[in-house]
Amino acid sequence: MPATVAVTTLLQEKFPQVTPRASLDLEAVNVPPADVIAVLKALRDDHGFDMLVDLTAIDWAEGVSPRFTVVYHVFSTTHHGYIRVAANCANDELPAMPTAVGLWAGANWHEREAYDMFGIKFDGHPDLRRILMWDEYPHFPLRKEFPLAGIETPLPDPDVVAETGAKAIAAPMMGGPFVAATGEINLTEAEPRAKDESWSEVREKPKA
Amino acid sequence: MVTPNAELAYNSKIEGEVVVSRLDSVVNWVRTNSMWPMPMGLACCAIELMGTASARFDIARFGAEVMRFSPRQSDCMIVAGTVTYKMASAVRRIYDQMAEPKWVIAMGACASSGGMYRSYATLQGVDRIIPVDVYVSGCPPRPEALLDALMKLQGKVRRERSATQLFSA
Amino acid sequence: MATEFSFPDAAAKSATAEFETEKMSLSMGPSHPSTHGVLRLQMELDGEVVTKCDPVLGYLHRGDEKIAENMTYNQFVPYTDRLDYLAPLANNMAYAIAVEKLAKLEVPARCQAIRVLTAEMARISAHLLGLGAFGIDTGAWTVFMYSFTEREKLYKLFEELTGARFTTSYSRIGGLQRDVPEGWTGRVNAFCDQFLPILEEILGMLTRNKIFMDRTVGVGAISKADAIAYGLTGPNLRGSGVPLDLRKDKPYSGYDQYEFDVPIGTKGDSYDRYLVRGEEMRQSVRIIRQVIAKFPCGPWYATDAKKIFAPPKAKILTSMEELIQNFMLVTEGPQMPAGEVYFEAENPKGALGFFVVSKGGGVPWRLKIRAPSFCNLSILPKVCVGNMVSDVVSILGSLDFVMGECDR
Repeated sequence: MPATVAVTTLLQEKFPQVTPRASLDLEAVNVPPADVIAVLKALRDDHGFDMLVDLTAIDWAEGVSPRFTVVYHVFSTTHHGYIRVAANCANDELPAMPTAVGLWAGANWHEREAYDMFGIKFDGHPDLRRILMWDEYPHFPLRKEFPLAGIETPLPDPDVVAETGAKAIAAPMMGGPFVAATGEINLTEAEPRAKDESWSEVREKPKA
Repeated sequence: MVTPNAELAYNSKIEGEVVVSRLDSVVNWVRTNSMWPMPMGLACCAIELMGTASARFDIARFGAEVMRFSPRQSDCMIVAGTVTYKMASAVRRIYDQMAEPKWVIAMGACASSGGMYRSYATLQGVDRIIPVDVYVSGCPPRPEALLDALMKLQGKVRRERSATQLFSA
Repeated sequence: MATEFSFPDAAAKSATAEFETEKMSLSMGPSHPSTHGVLRLQMELDGEVVTKCDPVLGYLHRGDEKIAENMTYNQFVPYTDRLDYLAPLANNMAYAIAVEKLAKLEVPARCQAIRVLTAEMARISAHLLGLGAFGIDTGAWTVFMYSFTEREKLYKLFEELTGARFTTSYSRIGGLQRDVPEGWTGRVNAFCDQFLPILEEILGMLTRNKIFMDRTVGVGAISKADAIAYGLTGPNLRGSGVPLDLRKDKPYSGYDQYEFDVPIGTKGDSYDRYLVRGEEMRQSVRIIRQVIAKFPCGPWYATDAKKIFAPPKAKILTSMEELIQNFMLVTEGPQMPAGEVYFEAENPKGALGFFVVSKGGGVPWRLKIRAPSFCNLSILPKVCVGNMVSDVVSILGSLDFVMGECDR
């Protein structure tokens, strides 16, 4: 679509550091983290992209650098176009990104969710707390090294724990739904099967 | 010798409108036919729970239509849906607030065993935090299955030695 | 004998003069009849007026996105049922289209038509439940009974089509689970015929109802600018007067062939949102009738996608090639190219988006679910403040959210 191709070009006139991003559908741009807010503001004010429909993050696995990418999907309620803006977090250990709450009030909960699931700190966020897991939860579940079954963790309410002895345990994957692993075609790895994440002398118990 | 006027059978004039029965069965009769549910509607199963309560399936036929969101007025907690770890303590607190005697129906695969949600956030069966009387299979169970569970629970209550428990304590 | 009245001490006097009341904190939920599930509102009250509202989510967070990273594309379809469990058929469709975009796959016209048909039926069923629950919240039990009777009729049709009452898992990547049964579209038409008068009856119980209007008119008004800033979508956005409907503005699955109107509100209050939902059901019936009138023949799945859609069962059992194809499909999943796609569909609650990141192979690397209820609820801290506690109930009912997709 010629109308949307122009957006990247127009953006590049103002921000030469913006580069096109590989995408199968929408127009997408890569932006350095420092300029994300300026670019989003330009998109909102100059190009009519007035609604932030989605904000999320991708973890490219442990050891990959840059490890975390924050992805914004911005939509226009007037010309009905989408654009994807992606920014890699500079630090792989303590990922951070400037907040977009100043541009869209709706970014508040999306950023809290990205913090909850990936541990990405949004600088300047007014109220960066966990949103889906409970406040004391020590892990970031959508990071790639975190197992699907979870890690043994105490529950938040001491009175209920005292009465029931319940805690968050690693879910039994044996006999559970069949799950598959991502990646290249390797039948023994990719075949969906009940995952055994119980620990043994070969596989160590995950540290809490 | 038997005369035509002999009153061997029950006569309300003589007995003052009294029926003789066992105390157990009287108490159980009362309990089974006014089983007020506490609808712990958590997820998808809650929709089938609402379906059971509405016109077509009509749970009122079994004396259990009085859905009370106040645990103090309820006898039977129907845990309908996935219990997450975050929700677990709230479920337990509500169970603790219900007055004795109380029963629990775990409705659906998630409440019974965690079901298809074998993940870091889901409690693997509500019986880890509260005692369960009847488990219902299905994802979600059909309303008929829930009614069957209710009848099973009523059958269980009918066999309880409730009077002995009431007066021995 | 009159004596001059005096306060015992100055402190008490000043306290009475200024009427300083203590703020009360009220936790509403996570088990509360009007929170439609497990939402919790941590509110601060001044008397009966809400001065602060902090929604606490996550009581139904089941880890769907993490589960998706561990499953082949088709295996995740049943989990999409349980996002917005009032309209699973619409979720199935949105997910299937998102993954098909990744594969650059176009499904045949008949498949598109069936998807549109089922999505519109799902919309009616979701809005009916929304109305019924809204009715209960505002004190009208009858509406619930009426709307559930209609929903049962829809469930019967869903069951005939998919085998399940509402966890349908009907779409597959590149097609559907099965074709429509013989005579089914006629029964859907018959449902529509008897449904319209009943819909008027149901709406008639609320639209000019004095109690209902007192509870909703002017309550929880959301301005256009706020609705856009908070990312509201669906009937909540249209209730505020923004004429945005992805079925019209970004047509997918052949929605552009059907004629329908997009109702919008003027004031953006609870009453407008209710009116928009009522009208949307009428429009859905209109779409359903058009779909059935020009129901296309032909294949109901993508016949040219051997690596994505399973071959017919009869062929699997008799032909070696199809058997191997099916085996590969089940063990490795439908093979996708590497890349990123984002697709949003107009669901009953709003725009349900799927952001799929693939590194190739049969399992997504990351699947983000953009849940409309999540965004719709994010406006609560703003819209509840200044209202009475009983108005909060009406606002929640009119926002019509589902915690299953909000918490995922």
